[in-house]
Amino acid sequence: MMAGLAQSPWLNRKLVSGAGILAAILLFGLFGRFFWDTDLVFIGSAPVNLPPLGFENMRGQLSAAGHPLGTQSDGRDMLALMIVGAPNTLLIGAIASVIGITIGTVLGFSAGFIGGWVDAVIRVISDVMITIPPLLVLIVFQTSLGEIGIFTMGLLLSTFMWQSPTRLIRAQVLAMREQGYVRMARLSGASTRDIMFRELMPNLLPYLFGSFIAIATTAIVTAVGLEVLGLGPQRVPTLGRVIYESIESAALLKNMWWWWGIPTLMLATIFIGLLLINLGLDQVSNPRLRKV
Amino acid sequence: MRPSRWSAIPWAYLGSRLGTCVLTILIAATLVWLIPRLSPIDPAEAMLGRMAASAGFVEDADATLAVLRAQYGLDQPLVTQYLLYLGSLARFDFGISVASFPTPVSQLIAAALPWTLGLMLVSIILSFVIGNAAGAFLAWDKTPRAAKLALSSGMIFTSVPPILSGLLLMWLFATQLDWLPLSGSYGVDVTPGLNWEFIFSVVKHGMLPTLSIVIVSFGFWALGMRGLVTTVQSEDYVRLANVKGLGPRYILYRYMVRNAILPQVTAFALKIGLLVSGQILVESIFSYNGMGKLLYDAILDKDFAVIQGASYIVILMTAVSVLIVDLIYPLIDPRIRPARGAP
Repeated sequence: MMAGLAQSPWLNRKLVSGAGILAAILLFGLFGRFFWDTDLVFIGSAPVNLPPLGFENMRGQLSAAGHPLGTQSDGRDMLALMIVGAPNTLLIGAIASVIGITIGTVLGFSAGFIGGWVDAVIRVISDVMITIPPLLVLIVFQTSLGEIGIFTMGLLLSTFMWQSPTRLIRAQVLAMREQGYVRMARLSGASTRDIMFRELMPNLLPYLFGSFIAIATTAIVTAVGLEVLGLGPQRVPTLGRVIYESIESAALLKNMWWWWGIPTLMLATIFIGLLLINLGLDQVSNPRLRKV
Repeated sequence: MRPSRWSAIPWAYLGSRLGTCVLTILIAATLVWLIPRLSPIDPAEAMLGRMAASAGFVEDADATLAVLRAQYGLDQPLVTQYLLYLGSLARFDFGISVASFPTPVSQLIAAALPWTLGLMLVSIILSFVIGNAAGAFLAWDKTPRAAKLALSSGMIFTSVPPILSGLLLMWLFATQLDWLPLSGSYGVDVTPGLNWEFIFSVVKHGMLPTLSIVIVSFGFWALGMRGLVTTVQSEDYVRLANVKGLGPRYILYRYMVRNAILPQVTAFALKIGLLVSGQILVESIFSYNGMGKLLYDAILDKDFAVIQGASYIVILMTAVSVLIVDLIYPLIDPRIRPARGAP
């Protein structure tokens, strides 16, 4: 590692490369639409079943220059689907985890700082809710709710994303509030709010970020799961929805690998990026890991 | 048993764990009951619509609707409905499947559950063992560099959901190489029962689903174990063991892994929900005869009774697995046995 990078733990290699991967996907989604005609996501806007550039499909057709990643069987362009679908998938994860981390921080701080029956109630509820797998409840929810949008999807997911930040932050606050510098602040008459935001918050930051990335991963995994089952937003393309449609049309048997393969690779890249960020954040909060 | 043995059992701990488990199941059951009632879709009308669609028309639609409502218990007050529902859950009575009428939902679940439990047991044990071994070797200072590199590059897929690895493996091993079957849990040419053809077919069909789960989940344990062994490695008792001249492999196993395995078991309890959900999805893409396929088909058929019953059972399964891990924990960690007389 370069000497300059080694100085700040926040600039470790894993964190930077993970963030780079996610930024690349985000930029692709945000700016791709200025370079590519996103109307090609509509059914029938392109020829059907074309392979990506340089490949041949089962009927011996070569790819067309206008569709570098190929097309699927409804005549939708794969590149356009990716440009529109990838940010939607990330957006669902972002909505769910921003709401989740906000609720989790408030509850975790309250439990750790106020203690007593507030702590007991919050602890029991988060213990119970963390055991329930979100996928199953959301399957029931969405089959009875019918069509939903991106925001509703994020909102639904967020009801299962606050538990682990709550537990984590509660545990950290409990551990920190008895430490010397917090006692010192309390003795010198600092208000509770000052102690929370001036003393505890800066030390909690790596944990907060780590928790945020962890629940964003869980949210996206769950969202993709629902989408692959044919649930979730159905009018707008998401990466999971593209995979669902490819399975429904037996793309595996038709050897149309690009149809399911491209969104699968895209999602795998997103998850690898999130993992690298999380490993990098571990190094920030746990200096012992920096050597390995 | 002598009374002193009984007092060694951490009753308060067991009670709180059991309470959490019961509360979890109750809340999940309530959610599964409540959510469909918040939705604008009326199950009686949905049923009527299904009848109308298959029969062309329904005579006396209003009367039929009233009968259906009574059948579903929708004419009762909500509280009565809820209590009746809890009663039927306790008897594992989830009503009758609409898509495979008139099979009871519980019968469908009973047929699917052994497959899911079997796949879960095998894939969880494999990924736990492989992951912990990989993690320990990654942190161990005597592992060859090449092995470390291979192990850590395999871990990059941690946190990729198994449904994605499943698709890739299906494509590679079933459609391209044609080594393993694409879907199902046993071949059509074998008769289920205790014969070698059937067992062989089950193992062959189970390989890809198991592999797709293990390949993405062993890294979670490996990461945890690596961190723990790294921490333990610099403890005084490990240094002492080294100085004493104990064999490095003996130290790794008896001094480091044994101590690091405890937090791994705790992490396990938190991970079960995600593992189960991941497996449900793997089953649905492999058309594996378990709960995942049951749910997938039920979603396509809008078979609400099956969706609710199967979801409830999977949540129940998760809660019970967490309870089992919680109950095993005091056996391997003597510290959790309560100090007598402590406030």
